This record gives sequence, C-alpha cells and structure tokens, in this order.
Amino acid sequence: MSEIVRTSGSLRKRLMITLISGAAVLAIVLFLIVRGYATQIAQNGQDNILSASVSSLLDAAVVQDGTVEVDFPYSSFSMLDTELDDRVFYGIYQDGRLLSGYEDLPRPSLKDGERRSFQTLDYAGTTVRLASAKRTLVGATGRTEISVSIAQTQDALSQTLGDISQTVTLFGTGFFLLIVLLSYWATTVTINPLMRLAMSVQRRGPQDLSPFRKEVPSEMVPLVSSLNTLMGRLDHSLTQSEDFIAEAAHRVRTPLATVRSYADATLQRVTKKQNRDALRSMVRAIDESSRAASQLLDHAMITFRADHLEKKQIDLVALVQELVVRLAPIAEMKDVTLDFAHDDVVTTKGDIILLQNAIRNLIDNALKYAPNESDIYISVKSDPNPNVMVLDQGPGYPVEDFDNLTTRFARGKNADGVVGSGLGLTIAKDVAVAHDGDLLLSNHEKGGACAILSL
Amino acid sequence: MRYFITVIAMFFTWSASAQDWEDRSVFSGADTSQSLRVLSSTDTSFFEPIINKFRIAYPNVSVEYLVTTTAEIDKIFRASPEDYDVVISSAMDLQLKLVNDGYAAKIANVETPDWAKWRDSLFAFTIEPAAIVINKAAFLGHKIPKTRQELIQSLRARPALFQDKLGTYDVRESGLGYLFATQDARASETYWRLMEVMGGLGTKLYCCSGAMIDDLESGKIAVAYNVLSSYAKARKGQDTSIEIILPADFPTTMMRTAIVSDSTINVKNAENFVRHLLDIQSEGQKDATTSLPSLFLNPGEQTIPLEPALMTYLDRLKRKTFLLEWERAIVQ
Ligand SMILES: Nc1ncnc2c1ncn2[C@@H]1O[C@H](COP(=O)(O)OP(=O)(O)O)[C@@H](O)[C@H]1O
Repeated sequence: MSEIVRTSGSLRKRLMITLISGAAVLAIVLFLIVRGYATQIAQNGQDNILSASVSSLLDAAVVQDGTVEVDFPYSSFSMLDTELDDRVFYGIYQDGRLLSGYEDLPRPSLKDGERRSFQTLDYAGTTVRLASAKRTLVGATGRTEISVSIAQTQDALSQTLGDISQTVTLFGTGFFLLIVLLSYWATTVTINPLMRLAMSVQRRGPQDLSPFRKEVPSEMVPLVSSLNTLMGRLDHSLTQSEDFIAEAAHRVRTPLATVRSYADATLQRVTKKQNRDALRSMVRAIDESSRAASQLLDHAMITFRADHLEKKQIDLVALVQELVVRLAPIAEMKDVTLDFAHDDVVTTKGDIILLQNAIRNLIDNALKYAPNESDIYISVKSDPNPNVMVLDQGPGYPVEDFDNLTTRFARGKNADGVVGSGLGLTIAKDVAVAHDGDLLLSNHEKGGACAILSL
Repeated sequence: MRYFITVIAMFFTWSASAQDWEDRSVFSGADTSQSLRVLSSTDTSFFEPIINKFRIAYPNVSVEYLVTTTAEIDKIFRASPEDYDVVISSAMDLQLKLVNDGYAAKIANVETPDWAKWRDSLFAFTIEPAAIVINKAAFLGHKIPKTRQELIQSLRARPALFQDKLGTYDVRESGLGYLFATQDARASETYWRLMEVMGGLGTKLYCCSGAMIDDLESGKIAVAYNVLSSYAKARKGQDTSIEIILPADFPTTMMRTAIVSDSTINVKNAENFVRHLLDIQSEGQKDATTSLPSLFLNPGEQTIPLEPALMTYLDRLKRKTFLLEWERAIVQ
C-alpha cells in the first residue's frame, strides 16, 4: 500500500535554517552596530580630551613685545595621562612655522574657517589621533596666526575597544544561542499540529473514512477540509461500488439462471440425439459463463471487502464441513472422494464470506484438475496457526508457471480444455493476505497439487 | 693580527676620550663577548654594590658604567642610542621624553607598582626627596627653618650672615635642578619669593649635589637649597656639621629611573640588569650608607608623577620663559 512520496526537504529543517540564519545575521549586525557605536564614543572621548588640551595651549598664547609666548599650564599635558600611558606629541606653530614641539609632526590641516580638526594618522611608528586648532592674535605689530596640534597614541583606546568587542561578542553569541533555542522551540510548536494530524491519519483503520473533527490551526484548515471532502467522496464512491457489485451480480446471474432453466426444460422435451447434444453443450456454456461471472464478481467484491474486513469469530471446521457437503454431489459425478480430516476445534477471526469463497475455489480447482476416481484430501488444523489444506492426486501445478499462478487471469499450461477464468487462486491469495495470512502452493512428492491457506 | 688589535685598541682609546666622562668604570665579566654599557647620572660609588650583585647573578657579563650629567646623557643618548644598553638618570622629565619619543624598549611583566613605571619602558628604582641642607654652625642659637617660608624669614633676619653663603642648582645646566625648580614653581609661588631673596643675597650656582655638599662641609656656604637628600645623608654619616631638612610645606620627591635602549642588541642582558636593579631596590629599607634609597613610599607620600605633563617644561618656549624668570630672580 505504501507508495513512495517525493520529498522536497523538511519543513522543520527549513524553518530552523531560516530562523537560525536570520538570528546569525541579526547577531552579526548587532555586533557591528554596537562596536561601531562604541568606537565612535571612545574616539569622541579621546577627541574631547585632545581638544581641551589643544585649547589650553592656544589660550596660553600671547604676544609680548612682538614675540609670541605660550606659557601653557602643566595641566595641558597632565590631562592626557591614560591608563596605558599613551605617548603624546605636539607642535606649536606661528603662521605655519614651528615655534616649539616635534619638528616632523604632520602640520595641522585646518581649512579656511575651520577652527578645529581631528585626524587619525601614522606617526612615530604607530597610529595617532591628531587634534589641531588655531587662533589669531593681534599684537602691536599686526595679526599673527597661532596653531597647535597635539597627537596621542591609541593604546588605551584600542584596549577599551578590545574589551568592548569582547563583551559584545559574548552578548552576540549568547543572543544567537538563545535564538537558536527559541527557534527550536518555535519550530516544534509549529510543526506539532501537522505531526499530530499525520499520526492520526496513519493510526486510522482502513475502513475509517469519517472526517477529522479535532481542532487544527487555521493555516491547516484548507488541507484538512480538502482531506475531509476527499474522504467523503471516497466513502461515497465505495458504498456505490459495493451496491453496484451486488446489483451487477444479481442482474447477471438471474437471467443466466432463467436461461438455464429454460434449456433444462427444453432438454426434457427434445428427443433427437443431435438436438439433445447441442442443448447439453449450451447448458454447459451457460454454467461456465455463470461461474466466470460469479468469480469475477467475487474477485471484485473481495478487493473491496479486503479494505472493510468484518472480522468475526469463525468455526473453521464447520465452515469447511459445509463446503464439503455442498460439493459432494459434484465430486460424486467424477467418482472423486472428498477426504475430510480436522482437529477438534479450529477457530479464527475473519470474514466468513471471503473465507468460504477462498476455500471453495481451492476445492473447485482440485475437482477440476484431479483425474476421475481419485481422492481429494482436505484438512483443517490449528497448528502452528489455523490452516486449511487441499491436496489432490492430479498432475500438480505446472512448474514453469509457479511464480505467477496467483496473478489475475493467469492460467497454467495444463488448463487447456478446463473451464476457468484464472481468478481462483488470485481470490484465495487475496483473502489470505487480507487476513494477514498467506497461500502456500506446492506439489506433493507423489504428485498432486497441495494448497495451504494459513491464517 | 697584532696590527688589527692595535687599531681596535686605538679606536677604543680615541672613542673613550672623545667623550669627557665624569667617571668611567669597567667591571669585567668572565666572558668578554657579553658586555653592557650603562649610561648613568648616578655616582659610581652608589651603583657599585648594585653592579657587583648583578655580576654575582650574571658572572659572564661585563659592565661598563659611564657617568655624566643628566643633560649630557640626554644629548649623548639621542645622538647614538645604539651605543648604550641601559640609561639611568635622575631627570625624570628627560627620561620620560626619551620613552615618549620611542627610544626605550618595553620590558614585559616587571613587578613594580603602577606609579613607578611608564609604558612598561621607564622604571623608577629610588625615592629621593629634595632637601634644604644647612651648616649647623650658621644656625647656632637660632631656630632651624622647617619650611621654605621659614627659610625666607631666616635669610631676611640675618642678611649679612648669609650674604654669598647660599647655594642651589644652576638649573640652566643641571637637568635634575631644572626638574626640582619647575616642580617647586608649579607647586607654590613661595619658590619665586625664595629665589628672589636668595638672588638678593648672592647665591652660588652648582652643577651637582656633591659639589654643594662639599662646600657646605667646608663652610663655604651655609645653606643649600634643593640638594638630593640621599647624597646628603650618605655624607652626613661621616659629618655632623650639616643638617638635612625636608621642607614640611610641600616635598618635591624625585625618582631615579632606568630605561633599556630600543636599539640595543644586548636586549636580554639589559633587561636582566633592569630587573635585577628593581629587585634589589624594591626589597625595602636598607643601610643607606652604601647603596641608594629603595623604592619605598610611605602612605600619604607622593612623588613627581610619571605622566606626559613632565614634558611641559621641556618645551622650548616654556623653558625659555622659565629660565628668563629664574635668571631675573636669582642672577640679578
Ligand atoms: N489442483 C490443481 N492441479 C493442477 N493445476 C492447478 C490446480 N489448481 C490450479 N492449477 C493451475 O493453476 C492455474 C490457475 O488456477 P486458477 O487461478 O484457479 O484459474 P483456473 O480458472 O484456470 O482454474 C490453473 O490454470 C492451473 O493451471
């Protein structure tokens, strides 16, 4: 019954991957933003101090007797003291000419109108932050422009940033892990109703075609309602088919029976040998057709009933006994003896009509293929499990056709001239399988076909 | 071969004589290939015990100990930093600027308090306050001044006695003197008034503490201002005629510092030398007669902090202004 369904990945995996990769992207973005922000704040802190230091130097500049004096306070550099003892470089310029400080320090790059500037550049083998500012002094001799640059290394800054990065990384990772847990949880919660639905579909008996009544999430309503409609339709058409089969069986058999009774009646009245022979073969043809029709219908019925097994406690001995009694007249016509042996009590659970049908087909076959004046041995046993065996003294199953004797409409080589439709063994096999049993066919060592229906 | 050795010997004589050292001592080790050149402003007598202890620990290393003034050290070392392995100086400002300008190598994991090092490159190993040292004879029957203010009063009370009998550093020459003077001026205006009074009485100017103490002992001068107390204490052991006063108003406390040259090839030995020096100096109070004061600070005491602000008075303009004012006060 299980057919291979093509899969396109798992919903749970897809959901997890989407959520987790989303979380990863979010964590990285968060890390970058916080770090960028922290860098900016830390850099602003350094800039502010540098700026204050530059200002205090500039403020100290005065023109005295035509020369510039910059008697800046001790605190100008004192404020630049950092945890990691960053290095400090400076330059004081008058109209672009170095007055005091580091000769090779890059000159302040102040554009016109710009009072203050900050730059990050390489100096003295390391990265420094350079703050510059300028001021115009008016002395007795005229205007002069004083500019001051102070550069500071960034050891303390990088350490702060390192610390921040570490903390942010920690937070980011924690955040990410939390989201992973959350997405696992969310996925499970989301997928669960679907799994529950699948489970309840799986657990349903084959004849249970009632609609699903349990509550489902709104997204699943279309699926469940179409499933319900589908099952409703299936239920409907199944009932229809069964009705149709019953109807068809009835309609085909009844006219055939009528035709046969007319033929019988006519046979009584006809005396000419020629005509009698013709009528007899007509009666046989009618019988064959009737039998073929009923076998076809039986097979169709079994196919449907197999899905709707009505299992009841059955007395297997009584069932076979009845069949033997019913078939005894036909056996007698062929001078065949039906040998029936059985255990005291053999019971099983099953569908009585189907089992009857199956066993009857097996005995029919034996009668059909066994020679006249032979014995057919029938047994019902309960060990190891309830089984019915039919053994004849005929030629046995044709060895070369062994594998497909139970397929529909398959007939063996020895079937030429024997009435049949190729459905008998198929019916027996299907019934066995529907009862979780099997049909075992073998040839007896002394010749003769042996069929065992085990349940 | 012999010719070659002679040339080397000549070269050495020449190079040694090219520089006038105040003192030059070689402590040879077992292995002549390992030598350490130490440039220092501290008298050899103070350092000898330390070097001897170092040589016990590292017998293979010979040490060449070269003494000159702090200002000279700065000049010589900046000119050829690759020629020297360790630089020791009492001028904290010059030393800090050497580190700031990238002349010093970092030494990792040195166990010393934060206030006693800068950038893991500059390491302080002594604590030495500047003192007023007096010849007791001049104050017989008079109150001994405890502060700068009291010293001003004493000088003003008996100007005739102190005329031409005062001494202090010539801050134009001595790096340490300049450091003391600038730190005093930064701390209080009293400094300038003292300088004016001293200037008015005709103060003698000295290059170094040793010379000042010599003159005190001989009675040439009666009061010396801003003398290194460590030198004075060492001398006082033999002499009772002088008295050391640590000004009670505010102390100016210097730390001797050491750096390892960034361009030395003897990195390992130089580092070991500095580590050893710090080990000895941080061991606590020791007999002050032979060795230097240890790196020990009583609670509440403070030294001139190691910070970039030390470079303030090294600025050309600041120095010019300061010296001008100083000369105006004291030289007159
Ligand atoms: N008792 C038997 N002895 C020999 N051959 C048999 C026997 N029963 C069945 N067969 C072989 O198995 C074939 C299939 O049997 P079945 O499905 O009953 O169809 P049929 O209507 O042809 O009997 C037969 O055609 C025949 O060749």
